[in-house]
Amino acid sequence: MILQVENPVVEVHDLTVSYDRKPVLWGIDLTLPAGALVGVIGPNGAGKSTLIKAMMNLLPVSSGYVRIFDQPLKQVYSRISYVPQRESVDWDFPASVFDVVLMGRYGQLGLFKRPRKADKDAAMEALEKVGMQGFANRQISQLSGGQQQRVFLARALAQNADVYFMDEPFAGVDIATETAIIQLLRLMRDQGKTVIVVHHDLQSASEYFDWVVLLNMRLVASGPTEQVLNQELLEQTYGGKLTLLSKVGDLLRKQEFPAREKS
Amino acid sequence: MNAFWIILTGSLVATCCSLLGCFLILRRMAMVGDAISHAVLPGIVIAFMLTGSRDTIPMLIGAGLLGVLTTFLIEFFHRYARVQADAAIGVTFTWLFAIGIILISVFAGQVDLDQDCVLYGEIAYVPLDLIITKGGLSMGPRTVWMLALVTLLIGAFIVLGYKELFLTTFDPAFAAAIGISTTLWYYLLMGAVSLTTVASFESVGAILVVAFLVAPPATSYLLTDDFKNMLGISVLLGIIASFAGYYLAVWLDGSIAGAIATVTGIEFLLAFLFSPTHGKLRRQKRVQMVGH
Repeated sequence: MILQVENPVVEVHDLTVSYDRKPVLWGIDLTLPAGALVGVIGPNGAGKSTLIKAMMNLLPVSSGYVRIFDQPLKQVYSRISYVPQRESVDWDFPASVFDVVLMGRYGQLGLFKRPRKADKDAAMEALEKVGMQGFANRQISQLSGGQQQRVFLARALAQNADVYFMDEPFAGVDIATETAIIQLLRLMRDQGKTVIVVHHDLQSASEYFDWVVLLNMRLVASGPTEQVLNQELLEQTYGGKLTLLSKVGDLLRKQEFPAREKS
Repeated sequence: MNAFWIILTGSLVATCCSLLGCFLILRRMAMVGDAISHAVLPGIVIAFMLTGSRDTIPMLIGAGLLGVLTTFLIEFFHRYARVQADAAIGVTFTWLFAIGIILISVFAGQVDLDQDCVLYGEIAYVPLDLIITKGGLSMGPRTVWMLALVTLLIGAFIVLGYKELFLTTFDPAFAAAIGISTTLWYYLLMGAVSLTTVASFESVGAILVVAFLVAPPATSYLLTDDFKNMLGISVLLGIIASFAGYYLAVWLDGSIAGAIATVTGIEFLLAFLFSPTHGKLRRQKRVQMVGH
């Protein structure tokens, strides 16, 4: 079930990406609507991160193209923001929380220009949105995992973009942070922004997203959550693994299979 | 007066190297300076054979080209042959340096060069090569003028490109996503390292260049948590090492470059032990205080 939309924000056409000549994504063809909270879901190694990186032109693609707002990426850099995986940077780097959030303004500033008061205000405002204003001068190595994720989110917010790509923003964060982040993402969606999130937890997916992309090297489905998250499409995405898991779950529920051997 | 020129030369080299070194160590590329300073040898020999003179300009061009080629090869092997970055650095510079040695030994009769001079330099000779105007007025050593110009260029580069250099060092993926070319800034930074290395090694030698590229930035990394402070402190440490190293060498009657490099190592050791934020002894003290 692959639903295409009129006037898409993101259009991916026949995208193939390979590492070392081994394809990791095959012929992806999809369109995403404006003002949606999109979840990219699939098993480990399905190419979820690769897909959003390829959408932002961070990886060389073997074939196909990506258009955002019906334009090539180079013309719309200022309208796109990115929240990389938390582990992708060195958190012992000599920088403060405010330094990192201010980076969100660098793209708009252009060459040779230094951040002005308006940029600093925008950065501070973004920190307030994620509830981290009290941490502005904190050294980034002193943050917890959830706080690091909030800082990355604040940096993207400071950019005030229209399309946000987020790579596993809920991975390894505390429950308070997860709730705060999802509230913020919903607020952004309500303001007409498009938020594309790589996510690995099926349980929360149906609750969090309006639109779901199911991926396992090739595109399995792309459409509104209620139409996509069904047993058949999930089995296609996760292969036999999901059925096995659901069977084990059933057995456990029926108590036919002891959870722990009796001693 | 000689002491003044020697310390000034050391301080200028220290300033350029420490500033660039801060970016290199945070990119985990500290040894690129080492690679460039060795790999320029064939460039110097080829420039010498082509022009037949030991003028500074052809030497600088030859060495500079080889420096950029070195960084290109390192990146090429790392990215396309998928060799680890440190292995790519090791393979590239030993190979190029070896070619330089072969060139010198084959053309030994014609080349008035030796590898010792490249590796160790001789900072003590700096005050001997003076620029003298037609009126007979001494304008100071040639090396100092050249290094002053290079220092100005490097300073301007870091001030003007500060936010791009900072961002591409901390988070290259985010930089690329918002349209800042990580490749461009990588090569600009490596070009700056090549220029500095090539301009410095003739007077102070490759070993001292490498010491200045790594030791003051590593020391100041232990002393501060703010990147701008890290830049400032490492320059200060480099200049202090030039002063202290010169007088240490005079006192010991030994090699000036060796003494300066030794002082940078002592600075690192002191920061390692006594740094207020990262120091080993300080941390123990704090733990004891909590314990009581």
